[in-house]
Amino acid sequence: MSAPAGSSHPAASARIPPKFGGAAVSGAAAPAGPGAGPAPHQQNGPAQNQMQVPSGYGLHHQNYIAPSGHYSQGPGKMTSLPLDTQCGDYYSALYTVPTQNVTPNTVNQQPGAQQLYSRGPPAPHIVGSTLGSFQGAASSASHLHTSASQPYSSFVNHYNSPAMYSASSSVASQGFPSTCGHYAMSTVSNAAYPSVSYPSLPAGDTYGQMFTSQNAPTVRPVKDNSFSGQNTAISHPSPLPPLPSQQHHQQQSLSGYSTLTWSSPGLPSTQDNLIRNHTGSLAVANNNPTITGVDSSSTTSSASPMPNSYDALEGGSYPDMLSSSASSPAPDPAPEPDPASAPAPASAPAPVVPQPSKMAKPFGYGYPTLQPGYQNATAPLISGVQPSNPVYSGFQQYPQYPGVNQLSSSIGGLSLQSSPQPESLRPVNLTQERNILPMTPVWAPVPNLNADLKKLNCSPDSFRCTLTNIPQTQALLNKAKLPLGLLLHPFRDLTQLPVITSNTIVRCRSCRTYINPFVSFIDQRRWKCNLCYRVNDVPEEFMYNPLTRSYGEPHKRPEVQNSTVEFIASSDYMLRPPQPAVYLFVLDVSHNAVEAGYLTILCQSLLENLDKLPGDSRTRIGFMTFDSTIHFYNLQEGLSQPQMLIVSDIDDVFLPTPDSLLVNLYESKELIKDLLNALPNMFTNTRETHSALGPALQAAFKLMSPTGGRVSVFQTQLPSLGAGLLQSREDPNQRSSTKVVQHLGPATDFYKKLALDCSGQQTAVDLFLLSSQYSDLASLACMSKYSAGCIYYYPSFHYTHNPSQAEKLQKDLKRYLTRKIGFEAVMRIRCTKGLSMHTFHGNFFVRSTDLLSLANINPDAGFAVQLSIEESLTDTSLVCFQTALLYTSSKGERRIRVHTLCLPVVSSLADVYAGVDVQAAICLLANMAVDRSVSSSLSDARDALVNAVVDSLSAYGSTVSNLQHSALMAPSSLKLFPLYVLALLKQKAFRTGTSTRLDDRVYAMCQIKSQPLVHLMKMIHPNLYRIDRLTDEGAVHVNDRIVPQPPLQKLSAEKLTREGAFLMDCGSVFYIWVGKGCDNNFIEDVLGYTNFASIPQKMTHLPELDTLSSERARSFITWLRDSRPLSPILHIVKDESPAKAEFFQHLIEDRTEAAFSYYEFLLHVQQQICK
Amino acid sequence: MAFTFAAFCYMLALLLTAALIFFAIWHIIAFDELKTDYKNPIDQCNTLNPLVLPEYLIHAFFCVMFLCAAEWLTLGLNMPLLAYHIWRYMSRPVMSGPGLYDPTTIMNADILAYCQKEGWCKLAFYLLAFFYYLYG
Repeated sequence: MSAPAGSSHPAASARIPPKFGGAAVSGAAAPAGPGAGPAPHQQNGPAQNQMQVPSGYGLHHQNYIAPSGHYSQGPGKMTSLPLDTQCGDYYSALYTVPTQNVTPNTVNQQPGAQQLYSRGPPAPHIVGSTLGSFQGAASSASHLHTSASQPYSSFVNHYNSPAMYSASSSVASQGFPSTCGHYAMSTVSNAAYPSVSYPSLPAGDTYGQMFTSQNAPTVRPVKDNSFSGQNTAISHPSPLPPLPSQQHHQQQSLSGYSTLTWSSPGLPSTQDNLIRNHTGSLAVANNNPTITGVDSSSTTSSASPMPNSYDALEGGSYPDMLSSSASSPAPDPAPEPDPASAPAPASAPAPVVPQPSKMAKPFGYGYPTLQPGYQNATAPLISGVQPSNPVYSGFQQYPQYPGVNQLSSSIGGLSLQSSPQPESLRPVNLTQERNILPMTPVWAPVPNLNADLKKLNCSPDSFRCTLTNIPQTQALLNKAKLPLGLLLHPFRDLTQLPVITSNTIVRCRSCRTYINPFVSFIDQRRWKCNLCYRVNDVPEEFMYNPLTRSYGEPHKRPEVQNSTVEFIASSDYMLRPPQPAVYLFVLDVSHNAVEAGYLTILCQSLLENLDKLPGDSRTRIGFMTFDSTIHFYNLQEGLSQPQMLIVSDIDDVFLPTPDSLLVNLYESKELIKDLLNALPNMFTNTRETHSALGPALQAAFKLMSPTGGRVSVFQTQLPSLGAGLLQSREDPNQRSSTKVVQHLGPATDFYKKLALDCSGQQTAVDLFLLSSQYSDLASLACMSKYSAGCIYYYPSFHYTHNPSQAEKLQKDLKRYLTRKIGFEAVMRIRCTKGLSMHTFHGNFFVRSTDLLSLANINPDAGFAVQLSIEESLTDTSLVCFQTALLYTSSKGERRIRVHTLCLPVVSSLADVYAGVDVQAAICLLANMAVDRSVSSSLSDARDALVNAVVDSLSAYGSTVSNLQHSALMAPSSLKLFPLYVLALLKQKAFRTGTSTRLDDRVYAMCQIKSQPLVHLMKMIHPNLYRIDRLTDEGAVHVNDRIVPQPPLQKLSAEKLTREGAFLMDCGSVFYIWVGKGCDNNFIEDVLGYTNFASIPQKMTHLPELDTLSSERARSFITWLRDSRPLSPILHIVKDESPAKAEFFQHLIEDRTEAAFSYYEFLLHVQQQICK
Repeated sequence: MAFTFAAFCYMLALLLTAALIFFAIWHIIAFDELKTDYKNPIDQCNTLNPLVLPEYLIHAFFCVMFLCAAEWLTLGLNMPLLAYHIWRYMSRPVMSGPGLYDPTTIMNADILAYCQKEGWCKLAFYLLAFFYYLYG
């Protein structure tokens, strides 16, 4: 492993950190340590304002620029803290960090040594980073940390919750009553606290927490070393009590403090940590900074950390983040669950600014005093490991401490049992918990790894596992009754990605695993594969680190510092020279298609984006149209105008002129433009109603097979001629049948075979189905499913009658034409010995047990994998998963993108439940249910979904002995499980009893199979926001725009008040529901009409009005939109308009004629359990 | 025992069962190759699918022979397999050609394991049947 030497042992660390600190600090702070090196000067350089601070302090300043003003204040206020005692214990030190935040003053005042202590771990890093980054001097010092201190840094991170601090500080700056700030603070500190003393926190705790925090001071005496972290945590609150407004300052100083490293530009990397470490809520802020520092110093700066959307967020590179399709809007704000935006002090470094402040929002709702506290409490939860428990996150880590050393991390996992019950295991009585849905987006739980691994781990956006604690044996997994699987989004748009060019790509010689951060280095020359445990040699070339230009540090290579990397592959990875980008468009021009009018839109978009098509100078493009015959277009350079060639022999299709149908985009650009301009009008008078899709596809296959590439098929009706013709199979009377839904599978295997042929020739077929009637998507979809294409469906498309669909097509096309694309790709998923891949979900062809063949890969494709445990994992404490995606970029480069995920192995059922990632589990279940409905029946699939809830909850119930058996209990980590399953049952794909067109249902199934988790979750469980009272409280700043962050509402009509307006974000559709009694100001300012009655029935745009509320609403919607690849259409739904049924069907917590309400569903589940 | 029609049936069944044993072994090997990644599922399905119907027909053929020879016990022993074959073929995935195996689903661990198990069971059955015919 890349981990530093054994020095990082906890025990050792207790002592060591201070020393390091001393050494490092010494530079900074005279008192602290002996030899003060060059450091002092350096420090001053960056942030001179703070100078007055005590020496220990000095360390921090260096980086820390913004808060300085506050800083100075801090010291004055605070009385010194009794913290010293804690210093003795390393852990305590860690924990104290939070304290510091709380009581900045103390920190400041404490002598340098103390500081070191409390901050022990971070200090070194900081120093290192400062030194390194600033001056490049103090090489010796930096060395020290880099190797030894790394682990520490990560620790610290978890503990500190910078976000929180910053949040609170921001509050202050915003001018809220000091009390609020106070609350916020207290909660924060308490988050840890409650857990300690009351492991099982009552559900209602939110307010309680505040309370505790205030009381905390009393508790404080408790500190004792044995308790280490926990106690410390307790002690934190103590400083809090009195200070009203000043607290803020303190906090600010804290934040500033914590932010130390923020000033260092490297920030983006930090976010990763944020995200990963759920602790985020608790500890995030500080951590990041430290980490950044670490990164910059120890890894080369060029090894840019993996770009997370989050990263971007936090790093302040908001724009980037937005641009990355992957980032989900909702989540973004989450990183800093805390309130006020971190930016707090105006002077704060830019990166911080973007953070949204959740806490502020509540004010808008009129509970100024109470809410803030409340909010804080909740916010952390969400960001925490489990949606509901901030505490847990803190907790979880405790066990890890012992396992500081990466190698010993196993201990951490195992020791979890002995520690108090983690928050994610807190039993929740589902039937009594009324507001089960958190107010902010749900976060992926962070695997319970030691901090260092956590930092290195793959972003949950790209790679998630349904169980973040892997059960040791299949038997244990069976007992837990939870699905085990991975959710992948491998080709996600990333803003930063370390790209590595080297002659030799280091891989394990036996299992071919790529070297990754979780391997262990036995010595300088050998590394041990983390998947098969074989010992491999480190090649000579790998000893040299091009980024730092240093030799002999293989563990600092970017491959070993980043869990997501991209290699430029050599010719060993090619079966043939990289193919050029080749695009073929196959267009339906039958009467039906011309009537729908999609050609105009398509040609227009193509003309606009012709230059933006990904590709190089070799890019080729071609067009075919078909009705009952097939038309080819000769676009050979030199022709005066495009030549149309008609082949009417559809039983035996041939290519009229094989060479000139696919032409170089640049050489024939004029001809292509001519064709695109002419195409929409060429068939206006056609009477041909037949569609020979099958033969057209066969021709396309012939045309593409020499090169491979992408075929985009536009189809508007059932294929009615030639091979692959289909009959209508839908019986409209059965649409709302509750019994059997037939015809979910294909009617013919023509399209599947064609897809397999295409896949074999590296050709993907993308289907755009624009149809007003039944078109048997179940059969047609096969052409894309098995050739790794994608499917778009526009029901009842018409360019004038249905402008919203037309607009959607236009926007989708823009994205489709310009997004990244990878050709002739294969993806292999490897996992630690003992685990095996069971089933794959997504659009691809499975070529062998772990190899997916993807003719094309696009950034919007997601995959799911079911896993099984074949051998017991008792002899290992960590398992790793690695996906390697080998593809040809549009520039003709062969590249390999590698993601590696590392998870702990646990042996107790409780730990398995503690680590459930409920969103991932739901997405995997949805995929499995789709398979089940096709292979068996829809009702089977529905039963299986319900059984998944029943089984897992009853399995949980039987493990927890002290529960009242009358109640329906779930671990906090699973509390959303029934809700999501109910949502799935009401999803178009699986619902019964409500009229659903077969194509709609099949399309929903296709989407479930091929969408990445972020988008799928919105589809399953939409987000509802109230938007008639948007305020700037807690707003996020994006590109100079202020984006309000309203809280999530549960999906129930009870939340809809007539006086309000609500926005529902369903992923591909937005609805704005306007209540009857909605404030006229809102209607006027935002919708642009004078009153409710004058709002038209069909409205799909918000007018650009020059009012504040309009601006807020629009910026919020734009922000949501920007975060996804397919631009959603907006429907404004008036209460009492017929369209409102569309809206209400998404309110999944309510009862419908055919389905349970949430409460009824719970009762049903309970009944089943009791049976 | 005189050379009756029944005896002829048994002799024929003996020979045909020997052939079926080879089919079963081939089947097992093929799925093992799939599992160990030696072969592409498309190729493998293309080689396996044409063999499915002949196997089923051969088995059905000597079932009919036994029926004609009024060998009720032997027929009774073979009936379950015959029924299984019919059921298996009825529930095959949508395919235009003959055969059972779909390259897109065959790599699913469940299906792969099922097919392997099926192969072993059939091999055992045919072997037992072989000796039964030999001495019966």
